[in-house]
Amino acid sequence: MLGLNKKDTTLLFIVVFMTLFAPFILNPFPVGSQLAQFNAGYPDLMQRFVIFGIFAIGFNILFGLTGYLSFGHAAFLGVGSYAGVWMMKLLSMNVIPAILMSMVVAGLFSVLVGYICLRRSGIYFSILTLAFAQMSFSLAYSVLTPITNGETGLQLGLNDPRILGVSQVEGSIPPANLFGIAMRDSYELTLGGWAFTFNAGYYLCAVVMIVAFYAAIRIFRSPFGLMLKAVKSNQQRMNYTGLNSKPYTFAAFVISGVYAGLAGGLMVAMDPLAGAERMQWTASGEVVLMTILGGAGTLFGPVLGAGFIKYFENIFSKINENVLHQWFAALPDSIENVLIAVVYPFIGKGWHLTLGIMFMLVVIFLPGGIMEGIQRLVNLFKRRRTTDDERAGGSSALANNAKAAE
Amino acid sequence: MQILEVKGVNKSFGGLKALNEVNLSVEQGDVHAIIGPNGAGKSTLLNCFVGRLTPDTGSVSFMGKNLIGIKPHEINQAGVSRVFQTPEIFGDLSILDNVIIPALATQDGSFRFNAWSGVLRRTEVQDKAESILEDLGLADKRHTIASSLSRGDKRRLELAMCLVQDPKLVLLDEPTAGMSRADTNNTIDLLKSIGERGITKIVIEHDMHVVFSLAHKVSVLAQGTVIVEGKPEDIKGDPRVQEAYLGGVHI
Repeated sequence: MLGLNKKDTTLLFIVVFMTLFAPFILNPFPVGSQLAQFNAGYPDLMQRFVIFGIFAIGFNILFGLTGYLSFGHAAFLGVGSYAGVWMMKLLSMNVIPAILMSMVVAGLFSVLVGYICLRRSGIYFSILTLAFAQMSFSLAYSVLTPITNGETGLQLGLNDPRILGVSQVEGSIPPANLFGIAMRDSYELTLGGWAFTFNAGYYLCAVVMIVAFYAAIRIFRSPFGLMLKAVKSNQQRMNYTGLNSKPYTFAAFVISGVYAGLAGGLMVAMDPLAGAERMQWTASGEVVLMTILGGAGTLFGPVLGAGFIKYFENIFSKINENVLHQWFAALPDSIENVLIAVVYPFIGKGWHLTLGIMFMLVVIFLPGGIMEGIQRLVNLFKRRRTTDDERAGGSSALANNAKAAE
Repeated sequence: MQILEVKGVNKSFGGLKALNEVNLSVEQGDVHAIIGPNGAGKSTLLNCFVGRLTPDTGSVSFMGKNLIGIKPHEINQAGVSRVFQTPEIFGDLSILDNVIIPALATQDGSFRFNAWSGVLRRTEVQDKAESILEDLGLADKRHTIASSLSRGDKRRLELAMCLVQDPKLVLLDEPTAGMSRADTNNTIDLLKSIGERGITKIVIEHDMHVVFSLAHKVSVLAQGTVIVEGKPEDIKGDPRVQEAYLGGVHI
């Protein structure tokens, strides 16, 4: 279906289901219960899940397929964000032109950066991209202040022209919208003790991510995608096979740049501001972590990795000492204090430590990321089932023999 | 008709003269063997044909087309395919994909942005790839990851990658190096059978058994120069060849 084989169609449907029902899936605990703090189904975080999912899907087209490790992809996201905010300042608060402009500007910027950085491969390529991203970051902070508004970040103002829209509505900035549907609008559904939030902005992001994911599957399965895998596997052989590896890598770089721009544009659509810190190297590093944690070169891995890291960043970091005291309240004080002393460094502000340890464990034991773990579990389950079948088959054969003997 | 014409090729690496005024002409449809002791410049010469090295002086022309200063992928697109001394394959990909890639390269040229054209458009090349794998006895392993193959199979795969492109000229760099006698004989049969496709081949080889069972013409290279050229049976008894190989020691 949709030009995909059965396995990919199933995967696409899983993703569609998960993104559309995310408000339910991410809010499994009733409001007011002890575990409610593990609920991630609030609009702000759900938006971040899918936006970073898009970012990681795009990054994976470059890194997962061609093996070129870019350490500067946040620059494209940042450039896209600025372009998006400018569209909202100048044109209208409709998010469509903003998002499109983000993609175009990030795409053009990645053409420039890719053209220069792809003259080298391996570690030199990584360093070049890193240098470019840091350069963009510094420029946004200093020289380009008229465009980026420096440290404060680029924001909307009451006096922005907004040629196709209005500058202000009753003294306030009009909300970002999609043909009149405000991105911040939400619908609350209460079922028993549970509360679910359906946010317009989230659903826009979710639909865009589904499309982006579908496009990624098409790219992965196309002859073009096969050539990108060939770049990763043996570039020299590729050249002696009559293929020019350079334009392939370049195209992958630009595609992933456009994906990053799309993510930047969606960020702006959800929250119309852009700051230079979005381009910092830590932001570039984050998408690398997401992709590797989930499984570089797999279709679904990067989305999973993005969700994982964002969940940790937002949920795990909220657990503080008081929460721990609540959890271990039933224990005798001495044990409670020891336990808390042991656990404390790993939670709250120490969430980076937990994430770091998990990352190390994944890289050492599951080089293919979380997806490899899932694959292994599936295989284990399948093997067990086939051996069960064999056993069943064997016993029936025995029964037949017994019958024959009678 | 001459398919490859090499004239006065020189190549030095620092003070070392690796190739010294090499002249060579290869007839269409021939198996042309290049033999010579270690360090004679055989691989260097081959590298000059595929664009890995650029000769200092001299000319290499393939069917009237100059090959010097041309990029490796362009040389391949012109119809020259190479099998490496140590098998160069796409190790992380399946055997079928390994063969589909060169087939696509022949069909679509050195670059084509067909990111949306799905798996469907691959069927034609896929059929071609499958039939080549069938010919070379790799069909049952088509979904195996290439790096897990034995050395002999890797070589076979590389040959398949070569043949799927319907090349006009194939360069084989020691196709039987490190193989057992049985594998060597299989390879000879394989190369003979592809000879029936009318593909011209240049073979670098140490194993005289291979050379004498395959070649129509032999060029002997020593210290960067072609010292003798002729039919295999003439080469066999030539004293200059024995001298080159044994350093003039008569046994």
